[in-house]
Order: sequence, then C-alpha cells, then structure tokens
Amino acid sequence: MAFTPVKDKYRSKVGEVTLGATREQGGTRAYTITVGGEATLPFLHFEGEIPNRPVVALEVWDVAPADWNPCFEPFYGDVYNNPAAWAKKCVEEFGADLVVLRLRGADPDVKDASPEDCAKVVKDVLAAVGCPLVVLGCGKAEKDNQIMPAVAEAAAGENLLLGVAEQENYKSLTAACMVHKHNIIAQSPIDINICKQLNILITEMNLPPNRIVIDPTIAALGYGLEYGYSIMERARNGALGGDSMLAMPMIGNVGYEVWRVKEANASAAEYPGWGEQEARGILWEATTAMALLQAGMDIVVMRHPKAAGLIKQNIDELMVKTSYEG
Amino acid sequence: MGLTGLEIFKQLPKTNTGDCGFPTCLAFAMALAAGKTSLEKCPHVSEEAKEALGAAAAPPIRLVKVGTGDTAVELGDETELFRHDKRFYHPTAIAVLISDTEDVAARVKDFGELEFDRVGLHFVTDMVALKNASGDAAKFKAAAEAVAAGTKRPMVLISEDVAAMEAAATAVAAGKPLLYAATGENYEAMTALAARLGCPLAVKGNGLADLSDLVEKVVKLGHKDLVLDSGSRDTSQVLADLTQIRRLAVKKRYRPFGYPAMAFTSKDDPFAEVVQAGVYLSKYAGLVVMKASKKEELLPLLSWRQNLFTDPQKPIQVEPKAVAVGEVTPDSPVYITTNFSLTYYIVEGEVESSKIPAWIVPVNTDGISVLTAWAAGKLTGEAINKALKKDDMESKVNHKTLVLPGYVAVLSGSTEEATGWKVMVGPREASGIPKFAKANFA
Repeated sequence: MAFTPVKDKYRSKVGEVTLGATREQGGTRAYTITVGGEATLPFLHFEGEIPNRPVVALEVWDVAPADWNPCFEPFYGDVYNNPAAWAKKCVEEFGADLVVLRLRGADPDVKDASPEDCAKVVKDVLAAVGCPLVVLGCGKAEKDNQIMPAVAEAAAGENLLLGVAEQENYKSLTAACMVHKHNIIAQSPIDINICKQLNILITEMNLPPNRIVIDPTIAALGYGLEYGYSIMERARNGALGGDSMLAMPMIGNVGYEVWRVKEANASAAEYPGWGEQEARGILWEATTAMALLQAGMDIVVMRHPKAAGLIKQNIDELMVKTSYEG
Repeated sequence: MGLTGLEIFKQLPKTNTGDCGFPTCLAFAMALAAGKTSLEKCPHVSEEAKEALGAAAAPPIRLVKVGTGDTAVELGDETELFRHDKRFYHPTAIAVLISDTEDVAARVKDFGELEFDRVGLHFVTDMVALKNASGDAAKFKAAAEAVAAGTKRPMVLISEDVAAMEAAATAVAAGKPLLYAATGENYEAMTALAARLGCPLAVKGNGLADLSDLVEKVVKLGHKDLVLDSGSRDTSQVLADLTQIRRLAVKKRYRPFGYPAMAFTSKDDPFAEVVQAGVYLSKYAGLVVMKASKKEELLPLLSWRQNLFTDPQKPIQVEPKAVAVGEVTPDSPVYITTNFSLTYYIVEGEVESSKIPAWIVPVNTDGISVLTAWAAGKLTGEAINKALKKDDMESKVNHKTLVLPGYVAVLSGSTEEATGWKVMVGPREASGIPKFAKANFA
C-alpha cells in the first residue's frame, strides 16, 4: 500500500467580499480588505486556493462601556470616551486589521443617540483610521432602522460593512446599502435554513451576493459554541458544494459573546479552581475564535488586544502553504 | 477496498436476533460496510466469518487504550470527519509534558490539581508525558517511577533510545504507558519491547509517506495498538497531516492510517500553545502533548473539548426536579427554568452568586432551552403547573410567587391561570439574576 493524499474536489467556492474604498474608488480608506474566496475547507492549502486570510477586527463603542471587565482599563481606559482615539489605538497599537464600531449609545435605554449623532461618530472614526470600517446598530430594530440609513448616507462611498439585517428586519438596511453602496451583515439565529432564506430575501432586493457577509450567530465557549461551529461547518460545506446562497464569507462577534460569560470575568478568589482571571478570559476569547476559524469564519471580531494578537499569530501560522506534491 | 454490505451479510448468521443493536443482520452488515459499527457487536458470528471479514469489518480507526482501570484513556474509534454528520466519540486526550530533568514529584503533584468543575461536569487532564531529556536511562526510570507513584493517570514515555525506554517502561509496565516512539531507526527493537510489555506504541514518521511505510513494518512485526505521529510540528502542516490521516482512515479505509493520531505543540508561550493545541483538538488529534500546565490555560481547552465531543443529536439534560440552592427557607424565591443542562447550570451558577438562597424548578422540556421550548410548546403554563405540583412546591415555600425567565414573559397570563401562582418576570439573561435577586429578595 502506498500513501496517496485525499484531495476532495468541490463544485464551487466561497464568494469574495471587498470592504472599504480608497480615494480612487470614491472613499477615503488607506487600503481595502477582501475576505472569502476559499476553494477548500479552512486552511487546507493542499487541495484548494485560499486567496485571502481571515481578518481580526477589534470592537469600539460609541459610549464608554459601563460593565466591561476592569482588565480592559489599562488598554482602553484612556479612550473609552473617545471612539475615534479608541479606533486609532486598536489599529496602531493593537494591530487590528479593521475596526467594528458598535453604536451602543443609540439604544433608547443607554443614551438614545440621534441618527445625526451616530453619523457623526462614524465620520469621526473614519477620519481617525485608514482601515475599512464595520458599523453595527444598537440591536433594537426600531431604532436601528432610524440610525443606519443616516450612517449609510453620511459614509456614502466608503463601502462599509453594515449590520445587522435579520429575517424580520432586513429591508431598511438592505435599501440603505443599495442606495449608498455598502455591504451588509445578514444575521440568522444559529439556523442554516434561515441563513439561506435571508440571503435569498436580500438578493431578491437586488443587493448582489458579493456584498453580503453571513453572521450565523455564535455563542461563547462553554455556552453552545459547538452549535455555531457546526452551523459554520455546514454552511462552508454547502458553499463548496455549490449552494450560492451559503457561499458568503462569515463574521462572528467573539469578544462580545465571550466577555459576557462568567468564565471570562469571575475572579480567582470567587473560583479558585479556575485559575487567574485575565489569562483565563484572554484564552476563553482566543479559544472561541480559534475554534470558529477552524469552522470557516472570515472576520473575527474580538475585544482583548492580547487575544486578538494570539489569533493573528494563529492565522499567520495556518496560512503557511501545505502541499503533498514532490 | 473493503467489502460491500451484501458480501458481509453472507458471512453473518442471518438470525436477526437484534443483539447487535440493529433490527436485522442485513442492517448490521450495511452499518459494518459503512464503518459505523464493529463486528464484535455480534455475539453469534462464527470464527470463520471473523477471519473472512477480517480487516473489512474492523472499525476505520482502531480503539487504542492507554493506562488501566478507571483512569485508562481510550483513543480513536472515530467514524466521522464532521461532528454534524453524526458525532465524535473519544475526546482528545491531553498530556502535560514533564522532563526527567525537573522535580518530577512536584510537577506530578501540580498535575493532580488540573481537574475542573464547570456546569455540573468534571473535566480532567488525562495524562503525563514524561520526556527523557536527560538522556540517562537510570534517571528516566526513576522519573517514571515517581510519576507512577504520584498519579494513577496514564503516562506517555518519550524517548527514541530503546535502552532508556526499556528501563523506564519495564518499571511502570503495569500502568500500560504509551511508548513514544518507534522510528525508522529503532522500530524493530521498540516494537519488540512494546509487544513484550503489552503496551501501546507510538509510531513517528518523517512525513506521511514515511509514516505509512513505517506503520506497515511495525504491523508486520505483530503489534497493532498504535498511535500515529506524522512528525510535523508546524501548525498548518500538522493540521493537513491530521486531516489526511482521518480522511484516509474513514473515507478510504486505508489500513496503515487506521489508528488514532497524536500531535505535539511547538510554541513556547503557553497562551500560543493553548491556541495551537486547540487546532489539533478540533481537527482530529486523538492525543495532544503540551507544556502548558496552569489551570487558566487548560480550562478553556478542556471546555472546548467537552463542547466538541457532545452528541449533536442529544441535548444534555438534568433531572427535572426542584433543587434548593443554598440554605433555603419557606420565604425563598422560586425560579423557573428548563432541564436543558446548559441552561439549568447557568441559572444555578447565577442564583448561587446572587447569594440569596432559592429554589430552581427545571421544567421537563426534553432538554431544550427556554426560547426553543417555548416555541416548541414544551414550556407552557400547564407544564410549569405540572412541575410545581410534582415537586410539591406549595409545601416547600409559604408564598405562591414564581420567577419566569424574561424571554417568556408572554407566558405570564397562562402561567398564572394554570398554576394559581403569581408571576414575576425575571431577567432575560441568567446573568441578570444577581441584580434582580438583590432588587427583589434581599
């Protein structure tokens, strides 16, 4: 018997989505980022092309977060009240490939920021950094439908990634992305059929598939991470198998989910059996991201700079080409 | 390669006893052909048939046992590439690396602490990997004895020097350590040693083609309890090699790779090591040897292992029975949740950290979470009433007020109607319980 490597043949590949636009392209970004395009399963270079590496984003809020773990203070404490400076720090000091701006302050229960306020924060952040930008609403559909069109208009030409569209609420954001030429995050609740259905609904409004990024919804390690992992694996297998409505790059809000759970936040005094808190939290976040990268995630949204650094290093290593020829 | 279901069927007793767990011999034969079960499940099969079916009926990846008794670790016997296709069966074992140049007794004592309790589950770090870094056979032997004295958990003995391996392995052979490793240079003597001591043997190749040749040579010498190491140490190449080994075993029934695989981390920074080990754990390693040995480093990895190896078809459930958290009194609050274990233990953890003793009543929803159970009609006013009655909550507390999960506030009316209890709508997320409890029950 002789060893012959198994190279699976796939019918199709993941579509590419480009974020950001340079001056020549009508925006003001210093560079663009293209994600997706994989012609094989995650990091299996020996059987297919992986033209773009997955990217790591750091999360910035428009208001100072009231309940983030104190371990973030040394990193972001001086910029919590200044989203533009915060974003700059994420890119320049912590090496983020791009920035995700969460408009938490628009929530009527937080600061009830107006559409104009939100548009201004987006403009400020765009002026402070050269990377492509992702903008998320506050999570309350009614309010997001007011602020996101204003954001889309104010940043016309920048080719942002805007989120999120859901099955029950996708029309307003899709229309805003159509008119002002942005990309959209299509979020489905850990359900591959809804994921597909939402992509169909959005493309039926004539936003092309190469402007859609899938957020299949993920949970933190220990809180159902395996569900999101399997949905991503199934979606990626579907994409490679030729299902064009699953063939979009995927994004996951890793930091946001992880830093809500006890294992990331509880002190060693409270749980002596679990070891030191900050190291545990960093690894809780990095492990969650690592797992989802193995399932096909393309944009990893993180929070702790050290966890982000570990994952960038992991991606670098996984992007080393492998081959069984010669 | 391999036989078809019908070819296998011809060799079976055709008595349809169902003792194998399949309704008919034909169904069993089909499952065998697909590598989904093993011939041993049939207690009636003849010796001749066993012989004839031989390799074709063997599971695609051999089950290899390291250690003895309760702490023995089973590696391999996997049948899938993706957990969503069925499930993964044997959780990746984690071995912590110790050198025979260190204070072995102290290291082993610390190793003993690497056990964790989380969401009602107990996680253990499975093995000690002892490396003959000193190059000295006597020192290696003494260190192996110190490990055996300090822990019942199985060992991986690491040395390519057959004399050193013989000294150490002979001393601790009763514990059935994994001998690492047979190589192109030493395989004859190393295989003979493993066979003589009845210990599992790791085979270390120099790339997959070399590994394949080497496994065939070792098997020819009569030893089959093997664990495979491609010899690669770079993350991307190890991922590729582990994937090839699993694919060839499962999809092609390629016998030289029909054994569990192992991997070594190469990073010096323990954080980077955990991430690297996580890649190997996710993609097909049966055993990972790593240096990281702190609680905060191992807990995330072992938690991911627990997640990954759960059966996707079967949510883990807790018994649907009222539980008292802390020193409850007749005034203590009553929280309603479901018997999906993840949901239940998160609620229990938060009630505990609220420091206000309370009852938790997990309604039997067949192990699904609050929102899903509500959508499926399994969490209803009537179901809550049944749970309260079954646990006789009216005799346990002197009030008739229950806390309903915030996500199912819509059930308030029907619950009050069905139970006669007053409903307080609790927080949506369990993490809101401590604040909620302090505001309402302190």
